[in-house]
Order: sequence, then C-alpha cells, then structure tokens
Amino acid sequence: MATVETAESAVSEEGGVRRRDFINIAAVSFAGAGAVATVFPLVNQMNPSADVLALASIEVDISAIEEGQSIKTSWRKQPIFIRNLTAPEIAEANAVSLDELRDPETLADRTTAGKENWLITLGVCTHLGCVPLGAAQGEVKGEYGGYFCPCHGSHYDTAARIRKGPAPTNLVVPEHEFLSDTVVKIG
Amino acid sequence: MSFPWAKHYTPSTEFGQWMDEKLPLPRFVYNSLGAGYPAPRNLNYMWNFGSLAGIFLVVQIVTGIILAMHYAANADIAFDSVEHIMRDVNSGWMFRYAHANGASFFFMAIYLHIGRGLYYGSYKAPREMIWLLGVVIYLLAMATAFMGYVLPWGQMSFWGAKVITGLFEAIPLVGTPIQELLLGGFAPDNAALNRFFSLHYLLPFMIVGVIILHIWALHIPGSNNPTGVDVKGPQDTVPFHPYYTAKDGWTLGLALIFFSIMLFFMPNFLGHAENYIPANPLSTPANIVPEWYFWPWYAILRAFTVDFLFIPAKLLGVLAMFSAILVWFFLPWLDKSPVRSGGYRPLFKKFFWFGLIPCIAVLGYCGGAHAEEPFVMMSQIATAYYFAHFLIILPLLSSFEKPEPLPNSITEAVTGKPLEQAS
Repeated sequence: MATVETAESAVSEEGGVRRRDFINIAAVSFAGAGAVATVFPLVNQMNPSADVLALASIEVDISAIEEGQSIKTSWRKQPIFIRNLTAPEIAEANAVSLDELRDPETLADRTTAGKENWLITLGVCTHLGCVPLGAAQGEVKGEYGGYFCPCHGSHYDTAARIRKGPAPTNLVVPEHEFLSDTVVKIG
Repeated sequence: MSFPWAKHYTPSTEFGQWMDEKLPLPRFVYNSLGAGYPAPRNLNYMWNFGSLAGIFLVVQIVTGIILAMHYAANADIAFDSVEHIMRDVNSGWMFRYAHANGASFFFMAIYLHIGRGLYYGSYKAPREMIWLLGVVIYLLAMATAFMGYVLPWGQMSFWGAKVITGLFEAIPLVGTPIQELLLGGFAPDNAALNRFFSLHYLLPFMIVGVIILHIWALHIPGSNNPTGVDVKGPQDTVPFHPYYTAKDGWTLGLALIFFSIMLFFMPNFLGHAENYIPANPLSTPANIVPEWYFWPWYAILRAFTVDFLFIPAKLLGVLAMFSAILVWFFLPWLDKSPVRSGGYRPLFKKFFWFGLIPCIAVLGYCGGAHAEEPFVMMSQIATAYYFAHFLIILPLLSSFEKPEPLPNSITEAVTGKPLEQAS
C-alpha cells in the first residue's frame, strides 16, 4: 500500500521510539494548546464588559440626608443604603460586645474615621440577595433597629451587622471615599 | 458500514463495553468518522472541503451563540448593540469578525466541495441522494447567511432585506401580500428584524440535521474518488481514521492560518463600509451588492432587463435566479454519461474548465459590479451559457462523448498493478 511505513522512516535507532510518535505528540500538543488558548476568550466574553465596568463608581450628594434618615441609591445595578446614624444608634452599636456577633466588626471598622455617623452598605441581604427593609420611611427595622430582610427573616443592627436569622455575614460595606463633607464616591 | 472488510468496533475499556450495550454512540462515531469507515485510498485534496465546511459551520454556531448573548434584535438598538460588541464586550470584536469572515470561509469550502462533486461526478448513481441533500444544505445556508447579514441593521443590511424580500413581490397576483407577510410590514422594520434573528438562530441547527442525513446517505455507497471507479476490494480503501482525519487535520491547520490572517489583519476586506452606517429607510446606498458568495446569482437576477412575451423582466430575473440553483436538483438525471469522473471525459473536461468555471467567474465579477454596461451584457451571455451547460451541453455530451478507458480498479490506477497482485 502506498501509505505503508518503511523500516527507516518508522523506527529510530534507539529506544524503539518512532519518529512518527514524536510527530503525533507534537501535533496533538500544538492543537491542544491552540484549543485551550481559544477557550479562554470564549469564556471570558461572559465577564462584565467595558460599559458595565464603566459604571463601577458613582458620586452621591449626601447633604440632604438628615440625622436618622437614610436613602437608597443604586450602584452597579445594586441597591445602596446610605444612613445618617443618630447618636443613640451609634451608642447602641458601640455597646455591643464583639463576642455576641456572628461576623465580628465594630462600627468604626465599617465607617470612615471622623464620619462614623455615615453608614454606607449594599442593600443586599447576605443570605440570598433580597433587599432588606429599614432604609425607607416607615419600613420595619427589625429587632435590632437596623435592617430586616423579609425574605428569610434576617435581622441587622444599627451598624448593619447580622444579629439574628440565616444570613452569614454583615451587610457589605462597599469601598467608598468622602470627596468632601457632602459628596461621597462609592466604588 | 458500507464494506464487509470495515474494521469492527471493539470497546477497549469496561466502561466502553457498558456504554456500547446501552447507547452505542462511540460505535456510531467509529463507524462513520473513525477507523470503521473504509474510504478510497486515492482521495485527493479536493475531498478535504466537506469536513472543512463542517468545521466552519461549528465555528459559525459557536461564535453565533456568543454574539447572540450580547446582541439585541430590536430595530432601535440593534446597530448600537453590534457596536457594543465591537467596543465593550471582552474580545467581542474577535467574535464578530470571526463570524463575519467565518461565513465567507464556510461558503468557500462549500463551493470547492460542490465543484469537486461537479467535476468528479459525485452526484451520479448511486450517490444522487447525497447530492440532493447537499443542495438542500446549500439553500439553507444561503437563507441563513442572508438573514444574518440583516441583523447588524446597517445600510446594506436594511437594503439587502428590502431587495431580497422584494424578489417575492415579482410573483404574479400574490407577490405583494407575500412580501408583506415575510416582512411583517411594508418595509423592513422591527418585526422583520426579530423574525430574521429567530430564524437565523434556528436554521444552522436544521443544517446540522441535514448534514447528518448527508453523511448517512454517503456511508451507504461510500465516498466517490478521483477515478470515479467503484471500490472493488479491501486494497482499494484505507480506514478513514487515521488516514483521512490526519489529512483533513493538515488542511484544517492551513485553513485556520488563512482564517487568522483575515480575522486579525484584514477583517473588513470582504465587508462593505456602507454597513457601518445605521439603517436609513429614506436613503438607498449607491450600489447595493450582496456578499461575494451571492454575486453569481445576483448577476443572473440583474441579467434580465426586457420583458419576454407576457412575462415581466422582474419576474424573469427572479425565476432565473432560483432556477440556476434548482437546476442542480435535476443534475443527476441531466448528465447521463455512465462515466463519473471528469478526468476520463475529454469533452466534459474542456466544457468544465473552459466553459462552466469561467462562466461562473464572469457572473461573479458582474454580480459585484455596478449594474451598467458592459456588465449587463456580460451577465446575459454568461447566464445563457450557464443554463446551456446544464440543460443542453451535459445531456448532449453523454451521447456524443467517447470516454477514455477507465482503470480496472482504484489500486491499479494508483500502483499500476492489477488489484489482485498489488500489496
């Protein structure tokens, strides 16, 4: 047959490794590396696109938020709670011993130094992602005076720390920075 | 499947054994694309384009599914969503260019595959059904490509949709209602865009289905070969794997190199700048031309400029364009020569290389050019010749032509020794 291997081309001098084995392994490895290199963009295209990432930071004017009030805004298509804590609420949060907490953090850990009254958190329950109540006027604030998630009954305290219910961790504090006394940049 | 000496599948692992008893899918693949399919030993490189077309169909489906993740089929934002893919989506530009150029590579492969069939008589008995299914695949691919080209909703997209659906308006009496039915309106708009997107997503999977039938039909008689002589014994064949998988792999590598050159260095070479202008229903581009792979048919459409008897020129052009492809359905019965391969048909060979191929090249060139002289006249002559080739020359050739003597077997053609003695 035209395709039969001759003894010279098929077998090398030593070890019984055929030249064709080398060609096979080289070709398949090359094709395999190419396939892997192709798979990367095929998967990576599902990551957030440039226009989504361009929305990654927002600036919020907080001058109109009175003490004891909070607002809901939106960052990366997720709700953000910005709360101006009252002095009793701050005191209540600071009075809690860290031992009692499921996810131990102090109010100072969760706020900016000198602006401990500004509690900025994601409005996303850490259990399964519902929006907790307590940010808008007249909503239930839960047993600890912070936030209450109606989906599965998680209670957060005035520092938005988990105190009761199924949620594993405190409400997430996004990276933020005060550009001035009245403008905060989130993200 | 087809020959008694085909290698038998034997599962090498216990799991393979278990699987083979429950769902013999590995056996099926082994028998159709693996060592269990004996293929003629003398297949030349023209036999590589079927698998290549299949692979480019897979490229189209994969990139297409990805594009559909980011595209919005709404006339208000379709164009912007394509720009979003180009600028914002991670590697989105690559997927869009791969999809646009992949279509050209698919058609290039399919044309070489069809040309191979035309020259080597692969459409003749007992392979008529393979050929007919292939024509169906080609028609589906044309519809898919046309609707896909509408989706970016640029100027060429819009006016392409208008012109092509306008073809149906040429049908007497019911033409206008049919065009309105196809568009869901009086001109291309949101309704048309949405249905084109839906069908553009559906048709490739129908093509896959017909390809499975195409390969199934192929495995009954087995592959044709450059001599056109039937396989007569085990010495005439080699197992498809590894012989033809390796050979196909080599040309796949070459094709991917050319594809990469197009994709990364000249992605818009085959496109129209006009299609980067958003669709404008009030302004027609100076020269509406389809993609290159439709040029020959487009030239036939435009070749009819005068009414004939009671038939208007518009209807004649449409009928001729569809007939130019539909005539392929009758090809196995128009060409009555018992000799399959053009290599042993001295007259057919001349008419093929110096008649049909230049004729299609002229049609292609005219289809891409402006509709003015001398291109209209050239299209008319070439159109006449095109139909003459299939309807007059091929039927007559089979009675006039004296074929050259055929080899007794494939093995004899390859080795010069008779089948029994060759080793």
